[in-house]
Amino acid sequence: MAELDTSGGGKNKGGKVRSKKQSTRVDLTAMVDLAFLLITFFMLTTTLAKPQAMDLAMPDKEKDDQQELTVADNRTMTILLGDNNRLEWYMGLVDKPLTPPQVDNYGRNGIRKALIENSKKVIATTGDPSKGLIVLIKPSDQSNYRNFVDILDEMKVSNIERYAIVEISDPDIALLKRDGLYK
Amino acid sequence: MPRIKVARKSTAIDMTAMCDVAFLLLTFFILTATARQPEPLPVDTPASTVKFKLPDVDIATLTVGQEKVFFGVPGQPIRVRTLELMGEKYQMTFTDEEKLRFSLMESFGVPIGNLKQIIMLKGDERNAAGLQPGIPTDSVGQRPSELHDWLLSARYATKELNNVDMRVSIKGDSREEYPSIKKILGILQDQNINKFSLITSLRADEK
Repeated sequence: MAELDTSGGGKNKGGKVRSKKQSTRVDLTAMVDLAFLLITFFMLTTTLAKPQAMDLAMPDKEKDDQQELTVADNRTMTILLGDNNRLEWYMGLVDKPLTPPQVDNYGRNGIRKALIENSKKVIATTGDPSKGLIVLIKPSDQSNYRNFVDILDEMKVSNIERYAIVEISDPDIALLKRDGLYK
Repeated sequence: MPRIKVARKSTAIDMTAMCDVAFLLLTFFILTATARQPEPLPVDTPASTVKFKLPDVDIATLTVGQEKVFFGVPGQPIRVRTLELMGEKYQMTFTDEEKLRFSLMESFGVPIGNLKQIIMLKGDERNAAGLQPGIPTDSVGQRPSELHDWLLSARYATKELNNVDMRVSIKGDSREEYPSIKKILGILQDQNINKFSLITSLRADEK
């Protein structure tokens, strides 16, 4: 590989000093290795550095709250985001919930199961896939941004097409307080 | 019988061409890679499973963390025009040097009164932690909040120069309390920006 000239000097026969012809070949292996390493690094960093973005569309903020959408209460599921990464959910209305409010966690063993179950149930009762579950997300003041992104992500994961971010109301806060999710 | 001798070939290959290609590619990737600017407000973005890459033009970024809001818009001409529009609103004039320096700032978070001071600082001094207090988000009397004005100016500037609607993205810290996010959503909705992007980092699939 690397051609090294090991044939020491001296032994000048005939007295003439001849300059030795040296090989011009250099071993490129190490250089190529390094170049490819750097290429890999730059390729990966340029494509991975771009942040991901989650699109969020909010309804128009109407100054007059005239147009209120009426939805069947057996299709709505309300999720309240409380403190310490916990949440609480119920079906129907806050004063007469169809299922008792349940405290749950984020992630696939928590709210995702409930979302998928309820989604199936609602489609079964309405008998129409286009009339699926409607989720109302109500973040309380003690939830943080991560909870907010997590719950939106859950909507994507469990294929809930209709969801809305709604301002939390006093009865909901009272419910959170009752179950110790709000101080 | 003499055995047939297999000629021994040298294992050395000529790597010149390979080396050339490797370095050509290397040069290309180095040049296309954009140097990452240091951020004045470091945030830890929450993870999500969405795989939609953020575009890098015509999108303003609101960085929210530690109850501070920083604003940044890409593109130097847009930044200059935004600054001019803000100057008109707040009766301030900016010199050419200030405009140039402003156009090199990735994001900032100061009340407009302190903007000139921040512009004249050096890059690393500017990004010192805790120096910039964030853009005021409260409206004063009849006057809308400064963040509102910045957004509006940037939108006008983008429309004027690129003739596209500016999009808005929010880069929030995962520990940020929801009320400060709500406030920003409120400011955006007051301007009828109802669609925006939330910047997240990629979560490994749980499956």
